[in-house]
Amino acid sequence: MLEIKNLHAGAASKPILRGINLRVRAGEVHAIMGPNGSGKSTLAHVLSGRETYGVTAGEVIYEGKNLLEMSPEERAQEGIFLAFQYPVEIPGVSTTYVLKAALNAVRKHRGLEELDAMDFLALVKEKMKLVEMDQELLNRSINDGFSGGEKKRNEIFQMAVLDPKLAILDETDSGLDIDALKIVAGGVNALRSEERAMIVITHYQRLLNYIVPDFVHVLYDGRIVKSGGKDLAEELEAKGYDWVKEGGKAAPEASA
Amino acid sequence: MNQAVAEKDHYLSVFDRSEQGGAGPPWVRPLRHEAISRFAVLGFPTTKDEEWKYTSVSPILQFPFRPAPPPSEEGAAIAAVERATAIDLPPDRLVFVNGHYAPKLSSVRGVRERLKALSLRDAFGAAPDSLKPHLARYADYRAHAFVALNTAFMVDGAYLHVPVTVVEAYFGAPDTVYFTNGVTEIVAGEGAVVDHYKLVQESDAAFHVATQQARLERNANFVSHLILLGGGLVRNDVNAVLDGEGVECALNGLFLAADDQHVDSHTRIDHVKPHGCSRELYKGILNGKARGVFSGKIYVHKSAPKTDAKQTNKNLLLSEQALIDTKPQLEIHNNDVKCTHGSTIGQLDQDALFYLRARGIGLEEARELLTHAFASEIIRGIKVAAIRDQLDRTVRTSLGNQFRAKERGS
Repeated sequence: MLEIKNLHAGAASKPILRGINLRVRAGEVHAIMGPNGSGKSTLAHVLSGRETYGVTAGEVIYEGKNLLEMSPEERAQEGIFLAFQYPVEIPGVSTTYVLKAALNAVRKHRGLEELDAMDFLALVKEKMKLVEMDQELLNRSINDGFSGGEKKRNEIFQMAVLDPKLAILDETDSGLDIDALKIVAGGVNALRSEERAMIVITHYQRLLNYIVPDFVHVLYDGRIVKSGGKDLAEELEAKGYDWVKEGGKAAPEASA
Repeated sequence: MNQAVAEKDHYLSVFDRSEQGGAGPPWVRPLRHEAISRFAVLGFPTTKDEEWKYTSVSPILQFPFRPAPPPSEEGAAIAAVERATAIDLPPDRLVFVNGHYAPKLSSVRGVRERLKALSLRDAFGAAPDSLKPHLARYADYRAHAFVALNTAFMVDGAYLHVPVTVVEAYFGAPDTVYFTNGVTEIVAGEGAVVDHYKLVQESDAAFHVATQQARLERNANFVSHLILLGGGLVRNDVNAVLDGEGVECALNGLFLAADDQHVDSHTRIDHVKPHGCSRELYKGILNGKARGVFSGKIYVHKSAPKTDAKQTNKNLLLSEQALIDTKPQLEIHNNDVKCTHGSTIGQLDQDALFYLRARGIGLEEARELLTHAFASEIIRGIKVAAIRDQLDRTVRTSLGNQFRAKERGS
């Protein structure tokens, strides 16, 4: 589904990603772990098309197409979803409004008719249950004055409605207490399927107790320095990031 | 002879030739004469005048305007406007075409029991005595050339007594060049509650210069909403004098300008008596090569302790060429007051734009959505649902036209 080859990217001529290689197939959940500043969020944003980052080398093939040539909205319409680490507050625009506009843009791209108000409402009501979203919250300005947990639940709720092929979860666990984390992880797990791939970016192993990945990659200094199964996350938790930092520079480039 | 002087003479000679036909009771005639002599002294303002620093009236002076005659066919005029604006006319309304009352298009049945609503021409005949202490007593024709010009040439207008909510709306047939020179005088007596809305959706080739002058007496509550959407050159002044204790006054404004539009919005709030509270929020959205001006003054007189005033002006620039001059001003002559003001100029939030695009919403739609969200802070403040919905639709349509015109053009 997704193949990243030797991806180099940076911001304002400062290199951040320095040769990422990664292959993700449908149905797989890949966790990307790494210390602060290793390039995790940059990778998420580059895959979603954020223009503040420039790609200097490499390529990304998504479903046989050159992903890097697409605008952010095209990527979303093609089935890529980014759950933001910091969901943006937009006063004056409700979640319902955004979601309806987004869903219809995606449907239009796929050659489907726009959903009418009744069907849209039915879909929303069904998906709300996944992450225990409150109806009242949906009619308020999106993320405006939401708690940390409400914002992250809102991201997973939007993901459920938009039904992406590839979901990228950028530090979805940050700022969540254990109860909120369980709700969010429960929503994510309910959305795992044979057709859908997920890239779960996290600093801590804790999230991976709830969303159990098929593969774990350790990102350090803009490269994947270690790849393995879910046990790698536990090993990393026990030994700390210094362990990869020491070995990281000497280790050969890993790929999955 | 420079242009401004030549044009001034044009209006003076038009006045000399047309004055005999002016309607009204005997006391109106000297008023008109006094106004035109003040105009002769004042002349048109220039950009050397501090209050007109950012707005040159010379485009208006290029045309030798004269008072517009009543239209031969009211229906045709209004149909053109309805087509152009897609506005729903409210059930109770006074309609003026070319500044002349159009009885066939008006309807005041629903309000007749509760208040007086009639054309100025009819009011001259029916209630000249109740008009006399008010007409041209608040908006100062002695000091302002355009107010003087309006007063000199007044033949008709709207007269409302004890209104609760008033919407004043200006429309014009697209692409036509004309000049609207309006004056609205509002008196909110003791404890009165007045909501005033003004919508300007003139033709993009038209000129609109107008003043709303409000006098607010003890414990009055006055809310003004100003929505400026259309007009080639628009200059609007909203002035409120809090001339009684415990007055509450809110001035809200929104303007949208694109292409070559020039929109200048001035406000002045005079706190004259103690315990007055004023809240002001003006927002501007500029696109294309549009130019905007906000100048807001809060003047707290020595006689107004315990004044609580807050003024906010926020502007959104959607293009590289759009320009705004903003001048928030506080002038305070009493120490026992609470006053704040602030002004911002910004562009669309890039993080918010990316957030929406990452959900699949196209760039132009995302920009439109965020721009509407910026505007909606003013719209949401409108208490009357029917007016709020209508203005929201109007603003949405106006934004939609703007963004789609841009898409077509690119």
